Amino acid sequence: MPRVEFREDRCKGCSLCISVCPKKIILLREDVLNCKGFHPAGVDEMDKCIGCAFCAVICPDSVIEVEK
Amino acid sequence: MALVYQRTQGLLDVPFHYCPGCTHGIVHKLVAEVLVELGLLDSTVGVSPVGCTYNNYEYFACDMQQAAHGRAPAVATGIKRVLPDATVFTYQGDGDLAAIGTAEIVHAAARGEKITTIFVNNAIYGMTSGQMAPTTLLGQVTTTSPFGRDAATQGYPINVCEMLATLRGAVYVERVSVTSIKGIRAAKKAIRKAFLVQKKGLGFSLVEVLSTCPTNWGKSPVESLQWVDSAMTAQYPLGVFRGADLEVET
Repeated sequence: MPRVEFREDRCKGCSLCISVCPKKIILLREDVLNCKGFHPAGVDEMDKCIGCAFCAVICPDSVIEVEK
Repeated sequence: MALVYQRTQGLLDVPFHYCPGCTHGIVHKLVAEVLVELGLLDSTVGVSPVGCTYNNYEYFACDMQQAAHGRAPAVATGIKRVLPDATVFTYQGDGDLAAIGTAEIVHAAARGEKITTIFVNNAIYGMTSGQMAPTTLLGQVTTTSPFGRDAATQGYPINVCEMLATLRGAVYVERVSVTSIKGIRAAKKAIRKAFLVQKKGLGFSLVEVLSTCPTNWGKSPVESLQWVDSAMTAQYPLGVFRGADLEVET
């Protein structure tokens, strides 16, 4: 199963990853504030991830690492 | 399980200072990835501009040199001539390249300096809080064109690629955008080609990347990408303006 890891302390919540995810499984964690004061992106339904890495390709801050 | 995507080794492991959603981060990644993939990172000297990305020497994992505002192509010329085997690139925004540094980029291109320029165009002065740039679109509202840019008093946008493509020394000139995965892949291909043009000693190469400024455009990062596609590409069409038939992959 593909796995996506978010380096939450680096995320600025810009949501570009959300806009390109074909499975629409990325969300901003409204209950979390990182050290920069942003709600970081994350995935709850990891079983739906197909490992396309679109999120990682568009992330301007290199927050995302993808394994497949 | 294999790693499909990870942070490139061409960037140092420090956080960017850019605003959320700023596409400078994407362009930085592409430049760094290309330098790593071509095995050029250790022999590369980059030249930092003045503007939002003035301190990108803290981000790229290669040698870097800061230049005075707009003078990056002149500094890069010196570095390349002293170190002809080095890969030398400038990374400049539209305020740096198309305003105060117009003379330097035009003459570096005309001389056919064997350097590569990454030109990031977001149609506004980002660092100084959103004033009109030479690249600002007609009708675009900025802090110094509050009623929209009016050609009668503020002139017309400068199309840098089209202008430089008239010079024989500029052997490869392409404009790309990073608004989609497809666009990002095309941009990476263009940056790769630009560095290969330099490696083969063919002459001056420039890749213009249409970029965003969500903060000063007053748009969300996602809306900003859409605005590049809907408004900016009408003024700045994507494509190869010089060197479409150059074969550089060996």
